[in-house]
Amino acid sequence: MNADILIQYLPLYRDALYLTWKIGWLGIALAFLLGVWCAVMCHLHVPILARLSRIYIEVFRNTPLLVQLFFLYFALPKLGLRVSAQVCGVLGLGLLGGAYMAESLRSGLESVAPIQTESALSLGMTREAAFFHVILPQAVSVSVPGLVANVIFLLKETSVFSTISLMDLMFTAKDLIGMYAKTIECLFLLVVFYLIMLLPVSVLGSFIERKVRHAEFGD
Amino acid sequence: MQSLGIDVLWKGTNFLRLLGGLWVALRISLISVAISILLGLLAGVLMTLKNPVLKAVLRCYLETVRIMPQMVLLFIAYFGTTRVFGWNIPAESAAIFVFSFWGTAEMGDLVRGALISILAIQYESAYSLGMTKAQVYCHVILPQTVRRLIPLSINLITRMVKTTSLVMMIGIVEVLKVAQQIIEANRKASPNAAFGVFATVFLLYFLICWPVGRLAAYLEKRWA
Repeated sequence: MNADILIQYLPLYRDALYLTWKIGWLGIALAFLLGVWCAVMCHLHVPILARLSRIYIEVFRNTPLLVQLFFLYFALPKLGLRVSAQVCGVLGLGLLGGAYMAESLRSGLESVAPIQTESALSLGMTREAAFFHVILPQAVSVSVPGLVANVIFLLKETSVFSTISLMDLMFTAKDLIGMYAKTIECLFLLVVFYLIMLLPVSVLGSFIERKVRHAEFGD
Repeated sequence: MQSLGIDVLWKGTNFLRLLGGLWVALRISLISVAISILLGLLAGVLMTLKNPVLKAVLRCYLETVRIMPQMVLLFIAYFGTTRVFGWNIPAESAAIFVFSFWGTAEMGDLVRGALISILAIQYESAYSLGMTKAQVYCHVILPQTVRRLIPLSINLITRMVKTTSLVMMIGIVEVLKVAQQIIEANRKASPNAAFGVFATVFLLYFLICWPVGRLAAYLEKRWA
C-alpha cells in the first residue's frame, strides 16, 4: 500500500462520497414519502389507490435495483422519457425504497389491534383524529427497526448507481482501478469511505431503535 | 410490436440465451443459498452461546456484512485477492464465496432470532412434564423454531436471487449482460430493443421472486 497514492486519490473519493450521500438521502426521502403514502392507502382501503399501491409494492420489492435502474435509464428513453443519470438514481432508489418502506410501515399499522381504533371512535374521536393520534404513533414505533434497516440497505444499494455512470464511490474505485491498476489502494479507500458513510448511520440507527423500544413498553 | 423492440426476443435463439443468462444468476444464488443455510444454522447456534469472545467475533462479522455493500465485497473477492495474494479465482467461485459469506451472516442472525424468541417457559413446562432433554428439543423447541425460521429464510432466498444480478460487474455473463449483448447486436435492426429486452428481464425477475415471496407470506400467516 502506498500512502502517496492514497493521498492523491483522497479528493476524488471525497467528491464521490458527497455525490453518493446526496443521491442516497434524496432517494431515501422520496422512498419515505412514497412509503407513507402507499402504507396509508393500503391501511385505509382506499378503493383504487390501495390496489395500485399493492401492485407497486409487489413489483418493486420483487425485482433487483440494478434491473430497475437499467429499465429507467436505458429502456424508458425509447418511449421518449429521458432523464439524467442523477435524477434516474434518485428515482430508482426512491421507487425501490418506497416499496420496502411501505411494507415496513404496513406491518407496523397491522400490528396495532383493531380495538384501538374502536376505542378511539367510541370516545368520540373522528376517524382522522383516531388515525393520527392513536394508530400512527403506535405503528411508527413498531416499524422503526424496519425503517432503519431500510435506510442502511438503501444507502448500500447506491453502489449500483455506478452502472449508469454516476460518479459514486463504486464508480470512482472501478474507474481508478481500470486506469492506474492500483487495486489495493483503491479498494482500501473504497472500504474506508463506505465505513465513513454507513457506520454513523448504523450506530445512530441502533440508538434510535433502543429509544423507541423504550417508548413502546412505557418507561 | 416493432416499435417496442419486443420482436428482437424472437429472433434466433435470443430468448433462450436470455433464459440461459438467468439460469447462470440463479445457479449462483441457489448454490450460495444452500451453503448459507447450512453454515447459517451453525452460526446462529454459535451466536446464542454465552462465550464473550465468540460473541464479539460473530458480532463483528455480522456488522461487516451488514455495512459493506455486496458489490464492494465482490470487488475485494475478485480483484483484491488477485492483487494481494496472486490468486486467480474464477468469477463464479468468487461470487459464490461472497454471497455465501453474506448469506451465512444474515441466516445466522435469523436463526439466532428464532432461537431466542422461544420463551424460557416452553423449556420449563416441557421439563416439568418429565420430558428428557432430547425430547424437549425434538418435540417442543425445534418445531417452533423451524416454523418461525422458514418464512424468514424464504425471504432471504429472494433477496439473494435479486442481489446476484450484481455479478455482471465482475464479468459473469448473466441475464443483464446477455440482454445488453442482444441490444447491442440489434442496434441497427431494431433501435428500440432496449425497451423490450429490459422490460422482459424485469418481468422474468418478478416472475421468479414474486411467487416465492407470496409463499413466504402465506406460511408466515399460517404458522403465526
